[in-house]
Amino acid sequence: MADTPAIELRGVARYFGERIALRDLSVTVPAGATLAVLGRNGAGKSTLLRVLATLLRQHAGEVVLLGEPLPKRAFAVRGRLGLLAHEPLLYRDLSGRENLRYHARLHGVDPERVEELLSAVRMERRADEPVRLLSRGMVQRVAVCRAVLHDPEILLLDEARANLDPGASELVEPLVGRPAGRTRVITSHDPQAALAEADLALGLRDGRPTFSLPASEVTPAHVRELYS
Amino acid sequence: MKTAFTVLRKDLLLELRTLETLPAMALFSISTFVIFHFGLNQDTIHGQLAAGVLTATLLFAGILGVNRLFVAEREQGGFDAFLLAPVDRSSLLLAKATALFLFLVALEVIAVPAFGVLLLGPPLGPRLPSLIVVLALADLGIAVIGTLVSALAVQTRARDVIGPVMGLPLLIPALIATARAIGPLLGTVGPGSLPGKWLLILALYDLVFALVAYAVFDFLLED
Repeated sequence: MADTPAIELRGVARYFGERIALRDLSVTVPAGATLAVLGRNGAGKSTLLRVLATLLRQHAGEVVLLGEPLPKRAFAVRGRLGLLAHEPLLYRDLSGRENLRYHARLHGVDPERVEELLSAVRMERRADEPVRLLSRGMVQRVAVCRAVLHDPEILLLDEARANLDPGASELVEPLVGRPAGRTRVITSHDPQAALAEADLALGLRDGRPTFSLPASEVTPAHVRELYS
Repeated sequence: MKTAFTVLRKDLLLELRTLETLPAMALFSISTFVIFHFGLNQDTIHGQLAAGVLTATLLFAGILGVNRLFVAEREQGGFDAFLLAPVDRSSLLLAKATALFLFLVALEVIAVPAFGVLLLGPPLGPRLPSLIVVLALADLGIAVIGTLVSALAVQTRARDVIGPVMGLPLLIPALIATARAIGPLLGTVGPGSLPGKWLLILALYDLVFALVAYAVFDFLLED
């Protein structure tokens, strides 16, 4: 792993009006490591991912991605991040292939990469159908392709395997799983599964960290407390 | 430029697939001409009255396009996807303003001949070249101001209201200059010469708002 951490958060806070979405959040993720962010609905997991994706600014604290402080140097890290969130970020009236080619052009990626990814998730035969006609699992497979199209160094995965059957989960594993070798921040409603593929774990409750530990040190008691 | 072209191509493809904007704009303008036809109780109109009717109708039809301009970006994650890409954000302004400009031109290809048939007294043909010049400048203003307002409005819950409420006052000077420039062209004695003063005002207005839009557009996309 490189010396510079891929992600550094120090005392990060984010508010939506009066509501605290994140507060006093500090964590460091080495390059190539996976951080699992756990917490109940509304704990601040998605907000954290959006801050890391440069889509939201922190209201306090420091966020440093790949050595670049945010939001000042956000332009330097965009294009080195991949986000797979609840929304697939695909146009419903374009086909999967058209969507991916559009994103490839935005990221300056060779169109061949689109075909390579569609083939990897076995979507090449349905890739010319409008996204609105695809099942949710198929849309998720195309969304995975979009997230990794530009070979990002950091992957931000919000329920990456949502809507995927076991077969499809296996297909996307080389792209978004540990074998991809990227720095990852993952959220999941299945804490055991998330911990199994993580090096570090962060527990969030009402936007505040309840624990920040190596994943192997997270006990069932930690998890119970987080979700109780 | 390459990014702007990529976004523009996507927008035109989406409009071609969904036909959500252009048919509504065209139908609105033709319906308005019919309403004016009966409301004014005149078979034909000319001069400044004709210029006012044409300009106001095209402007209100254009507002429909303004309201729809960023809807797909907002509802389908296009904003996020664009913001995640390592591209110049002002290319989105250029692409959206160009898309709106092209929608307005397409609207006028339908609406101006319809105006000639339904309302205009003098023949349209000899007046068309001058009319195209004025409308092109007016379209530019509507496209730039409309894109700016639409980008702002789409971030709010009341976007359908905010678009017209903010856009129309900003467009009043352009509306006046356009109507004044078109008026002499639609006279009964033959097409008058292009009024340079109003064209200059229109062009300057376009330029000022293009610069304002370029300066502030990045901030509109920020969190």
